Amino acid sequence: MVQYRQTHFDASFGALSDATRRGVLEQLGRADASITALAERFHMTLTGMKKHVGVLEQAGLVSTEKVGRVRTCKLGLRGLEEEAAWIERYRQLWAARFDELDIVVEELKRKEKANGRKKRK
Amino acid sequence: MDVRRESEATPTKNRTGVERKSERELVVTRTVNAPARLVFEAWTKAELFRRWWVPKSYGLTLLSCEMDVRVGGQYRLVFRHEDSTMEFFGTYLEVTPHSRLVWTNEEGDNGKTITTVTFEENAGKTLLVVQDLYPSKEALDSGSTGAMPETLDQLDELLVSLGSSTETK
Repeated sequence: MVQYRQTHFDASFGALSDATRRGVLEQLGRADASITALAERFHMTLTGMKKHVGVLEQAGLVSTEKVGRVRTCKLGLRGLEEEAAWIERYRQLWAARFDELDIVVEELKRKEKANGRKKRK
Repeated sequence: MDVRRESEATPTKNRTGVERKSERELVVTRTVNAPARLVFEAWTKAELFRRWWVPKSYGLTLLSCEMDVRVGGQYRLVFRHEDSTMEFFGTYLEVTPHSRLVWTNEEGDNGKTITTVTFEENAGKTLLVVQDLYPSKEALDSGSTGAMPETLDQLDELLVSLGSSTETK
């Protein structure tokens, strides 16, 4: 198990050490894409992009599926988890902020009520 | 994550919705149980704003908070995180009492991020919509405002921490 995981981490490090591969992950985070489309987007040959996708696939960051003559790439389980985790962390920051905002606003409401009563007297 | 669905408050606790609207745009929504003028006050008075903007659980200390809330006015927040300090600053572009605030975030290297907050009152409650528009997709992805977690760098960090935990076994 330890050995397996170590190998997996090595593969992930290697996969992420390259700017194009990080770009491919970001791209797939928005939408699935064919290898041809990715090659065009990153201005490289089909063979070059196939190699990059192969590295990402080995790391579990990308998965591919061939339908007819087109190989479509999408985020692998690890990539998907990371995308969701990132949005979730951002949401949690704002949720925590808004919970504190609620406390401040409740206090303002109470003050306004108290002042209102005073004015009516 | 549909904004309209998220904005319907549950009776006990209000939900916070986040949606990546486009490559350059993040939108956060939340309903607050108070009229817009009170919510607006909490966003525009420094002594109130500083009480909620930095959640207590985030290990950041707000050292100072200056806000000159008028068109062309500046704001500056200084935080301490462990041994270093961070500054966030910018300019208010629009200030429409109780309904709309727009400001720039100028601390990033990749150009200005524009934050637009709208306050929509309905039956004594206020729907807050906070939109961050980044200068580029890369700026959003790299988290140039500092408030944004970094996507792939965080994955790197995660892998480092997981990697070191396996080595100790």
